[in-house]
Amino acid sequence: MNLRVWLLLLGAVAIMSFAAMVLVVVPAALLTEVKPSPGLEPYTASEASGRGVYIREGCMYCHSQQVRDTTITTDEARGWGRPSVPGDYVYDAPHQLGTMRTGPDLMNVGARLPDRRWQLLHLYQPRAVVPWSIMPSFPYLFEVKAQAGPDDEVVTVPPAWAPESGVVVAGPEAVALVDYLLSLDHTQPLAPTEATPRAR
Amino acid sequence: MTPPESPPAGTAERSALDFAGREPALLCFVTAVFWLLVGSIFGDLASLKFQFPDWLADSGALTFGRLRTAHLNAMIYGWSSLAMLGVSCWLIPRLVRQPLAWPRLAVGGAMIWNIGLLSGVPGLLAGATDGLEWLELDWRFSDPWLVLGGAMVGGALLRTVLGSKVEHLYVSVWYTAAAFVWFPILFVIGNLRVYTGVESAAVNWFYGHNALGFWLTAINLGAIYYLLPKVLGRPIHSYQLSLVGFWAFAFFYSLNGMHHLVGGPIPTWMITTSIVASGMMVIPVGAVAVNHHMTMVGRFGALRYSPTLRFVVLGAISYTAVSLQGIFTAFVEVNRVTHFTQWTIAHSHVGVYAFVTLTLFGSIYYILPRLVEREWPSASLIRWHFWLSLGGIAAYVLALIVGGVLQGMALLDPARPFEESVTVTLPWLAVRTVAGLVLTAGHLVFAWHIALMLSRHLRRERRLPPWHEAQPRLYEESG
Repeated sequence: MNLRVWLLLLGAVAIMSFAAMVLVVVPAALLTEVKPSPGLEPYTASEASGRGVYIREGCMYCHSQQVRDTTITTDEARGWGRPSVPGDYVYDAPHQLGTMRTGPDLMNVGARLPDRRWQLLHLYQPRAVVPWSIMPSFPYLFEVKAQAGPDDEVVTVPPAWAPESGVVVAGPEAVALVDYLLSLDHTQPLAPTEATPRAR
Repeated sequence: MTPPESPPAGTAERSALDFAGREPALLCFVTAVFWLLVGSIFGDLASLKFQFPDWLADSGALTFGRLRTAHLNAMIYGWSSLAMLGVSCWLIPRLVRQPLAWPRLAVGGAMIWNIGLLSGVPGLLAGATDGLEWLELDWRFSDPWLVLGGAMVGGALLRTVLGSKVEHLYVSVWYTAAAFVWFPILFVIGNLRVYTGVESAAVNWFYGHNALGFWLTAINLGAIYYLLPKVLGRPIHSYQLSLVGFWAFAFFYSLNGMHHLVGGPIPTWMITTSIVASGMMVIPVGAVAVNHHMTMVGRFGALRYSPTLRFVVLGAISYTAVSLQGIFTAFVEVNRVTHFTQWTIAHSHVGVYAFVTLTLFGSIYYILPRLVEREWPSASLIRWHFWLSLGGIAAYVLALIVGGVLQGMALLDPARPFEESVTVTLPWLAVRTVAGLVLTAGHLVFAWHIALMLSRHLRRERRLPPWHEAQPRLYEESG
């Protein structure tokens, strides 16, 4: 009998609509008022394009971008920064919070590892700077040239990892990606009310 | 009871019902197995990257982040979803005693769904991703095809259900028909490109968790609810309980998603809601567990005779296991250790492999002979497939559970350098690679067996009477 079918389907839609109301619509309304955290600036063109590379290469599948609540985790004690708040993410779409820490959290990697040359070499060959690393190398974001041009960022590669001849030069995507990584700095302290979202 | 002389009553009607959905179901199964093989290769390559991070590193298409994504999407939207469409096209007509409505629409829908994947999955390797877990397929050239194709198959199925003339809707119809209403809503909400910041994260996990629940889980629970009693020739343990289980499942599961963000930067009330709802999942999970397992109790001897039953019973046990593991993982005390570790990968494979994939294998072992009216050519190929699947997934899950807990303990202790959280997982990740290769071997056996069966069907070779036309007596009638 069709009435039963309609009741089933309407019931199914009603329950899903309720859940979407609670977990999508209401939060969307509440979160429109979130202000950027202190010191947070919109991404520059290069940082934004580097973020695109970060997304494209799937960095998120091994690196989180969220420092978790100190009452249940030791993220802060590990030196990864203060707990993250919604204001840290206002310029992020899509988000890259991540679900894995095969590699370390990157929420504040720009503050923790601010050396550009280190970042470039690490992307070219992670094991050249971190021997135990299992991160993929990204040689295709770099070029090997006979001689570096005037505007080229040269990567100083240790002999064990260097090409047989020529110099390793950062490609435009590697430059953008490092710009993005160095922009990841959410270390500025929050105003007291923002720092304790849990109390609200 | 004496064995019947002629085919038992109902056989002709069932064959007629199976016939209308034959073409879409076959198309779905064959393409699903194609994506199973493709997804296996991606998965194995991604796993090998943990042992050989500099292997195949010169091309962006083969970097870990893209291979992993291609693996997930080929398995979820390729293998699982297509196989589930196939199961639905066969199961719904049987349960509502109506031939599949608009079978050509369903065939077209399955083709269009495949077009979406054929452009989307290579697109992922080329770097076109929407950047949200479970929602990576490109919103321009992949998602619209999936929406259209899914709507066409779903339209045919819902039309069939609405034309139902049966007095009573069996519980499998509830799960299956509702899934075809739930999934389009979820898929559209998840793929809208209007969310930023933490709202993007909240919607991501609202979708990700519910795609597992209201698509993969719903259809496969429906299949188990049909196949267990059908193969055993015995009604489900408590029918009332199955209906309570259904509505509790819908209500609590839909609020679970935020437990993926425990301790994270979204409002606490959202996370708390999801943790509470996750705990409440013991009600529907318990209801389903009692029904599935109590139906089985006392009939384990039948496992020897029915490959379908072997796979489906393991699938049912795994559903209970993955649900309990999931509830457990939502609690803060566990989550603070296991979140962000390989434990999560183990959990997702208990769900999508040990529960969903094994159930789909069992379903295909049951359905395909009825579609081509020909028995599986080889009992030993089925045995190989079964033991490779079981051995592979057991090793896979155990290795990553152990590796994940060790990783989590190392991560939680700030006195231990990060390096330790990486090195403790390495032996377990190596076991995982071997387990993945074993699973792939099982998939190759399965695909070969299907190819063998279909080629004999297409060449119209003489067939032996299918076993299912005989009526085995599994036990003596008492008294």
